[in-house]
Amino acid sequence: MSENMNLTLKVWRQKNAEAKGQMVTYSAKNISPDMSFLEMLDVVNEGLIKKYEDPIHFDHDCREGICGSCSLHINGRPHGPKHATTSCQLHMRSFKDGETIVIEPWRAAAFPVIKDLSTNRQAFDRIQQAGGFISVNTGGVPDANEIPIPKVIADEAFNSATCIQCGACVAACKNASAMLFVSAKVSQLALLPQGQPERYRRVQAMVAQMDAEGFGHCTNTGACEAECPKEISISNIARMNRDYFTARLIKDEV
Amino acid sequence: MSKFAQTFSSSLGKKLIMSLTGLFLCTFLIVHLIGNLQLFKDDQGQAFNAYSYFMTHFPPIKVISYLLYASIIVHSVYALVLTRNKNKARPVGYASYDGKANSPWSSRNMGILGTIILVFLVVHMSNFWARYHWGELPTARYEVSLTNPNDVKITPIPFNGQEIAHADYVDAPAGVQVLIAKDLYKIVYESFKQWWYVLLYVIAMSALSFHLIHGFRSAFQTLGWNNSKYVPAIRFLGEWVFGVLIPLGFAAMPLYIYFFK
Repeated sequence: MSENMNLTLKVWRQKNAEAKGQMVTYSAKNISPDMSFLEMLDVVNEGLIKKYEDPIHFDHDCREGICGSCSLHINGRPHGPKHATTSCQLHMRSFKDGETIVIEPWRAAAFPVIKDLSTNRQAFDRIQQAGGFISVNTGGVPDANEIPIPKVIADEAFNSATCIQCGACVAACKNASAMLFVSAKVSQLALLPQGQPERYRRVQAMVAQMDAEGFGHCTNTGACEAECPKEISISNIARMNRDYFTARLIKDEV
Repeated sequence: MSKFAQTFSSSLGKKLIMSLTGLFLCTFLIVHLIGNLQLFKDDQGQAFNAYSYFMTHFPPIKVISYLLYASIIVHSVYALVLTRNKNKARPVGYASYDGKANSPWSSRNMGILGTIILVFLVVHMSNFWARYHWGELPTARYEVSLTNPNDVKITPIPFNGQEIAHADYVDAPAGVQVLIAKDLYKIVYESFKQWWYVLLYVIAMSALSFHLIHGFRSAFQTLGWNNSKYVPAIRFLGEWVFGVLIPLGFAAMPLYIYFFK
């Protein structure tokens, strides 16, 4: 087992949404390399509480990489230096003893800071509510496998559906664009037969909501795809564009 | 707002405009490069000057050229609009932002690369295009023997305050084919003999290369043309033809004239 580490943290502290924030330096002493990044912050926070200081606020929930709550911009990258990893699944062995770690919240006009590192990501919920669903009337339980779906299509839809709504795509994008998120949510339904009835109405409604929330545009840098903890592909964005332009410029509703 | 206008004011619609104007400008580059290869001909600009006249007077080409000017303007204006949107979408920036970890350099600097190209275009067009149309240009008279095409007599006619009419005819009694044309070749030749002009071209073509390495592929992604069957072909075309071959071809012209003529 390797030795415990001492680190310097530069953390964004902001009292509330209106307050002006600033970077504050803390030292994290005697940190085990086996700790997760959030456990390291827990240790720092315990130290702050003992000193009657306000602990650093950050979002977290499941701590097993599936809830999408944790949203830390670590050393210039969403969820830190590891590929396909959430902040909670990032371990301190990814850092070196004596290293300075810069921790910031997601930066986007559509994700206002609530406090410190915690941001309001309800914009994503509103985009989902605009069309990210299928309308199903209640009735008898349908038989399983009643509608044939090729395995490759089902797999692709599932890949899109692995999005955990963490917002790393927005955080990584130089334009703060939400295209990867929105396109994953459009694709997971557009690929399946159940999603067809509302396919073209859905894409228009979700794109309109995305623009209304104030997210930026896509310049196809691929940063979102590279930073997505669930490795969602930008081919989803192409699919969404295809559907959107078809709906707006080519296809009649009937 | 009409549905059509609404579509093009959405974030996707603005990108569609960037994509279509960008691809149109890409097709123009192919034609421009092939036409200008005539600069490499060792004929004192006879072919090049005849070609310049054709390109500025053939009506279909004229129509396309107006589309081209419009595309340059729209592409630049929308780039500005999108940059403004981008700043609005992230009013507070990061203290630490590691862009190189997740995206290619060219994709993050399209604005800077585009600005270099635009500055170049202003210099390029004011020196050649504007001068050809409204400037004081010398004229050249080429007399090619009908019996021996290699026997060419060239008479330069300096600009004397009034325009000399373009002519292309056969003078049968003298046994020659006569071409009287504005001597754009001379202007090109003199420009490309200045080191700073050659340097500007090489810098601009490097910027064009990086701009197209990202831009060509990106335009197809915006259109939604992304699948495993033809993406490799788009990538190849974008990187090797538009990213390397075309900028290299354009840069070769001033370099060839500066060093070898």
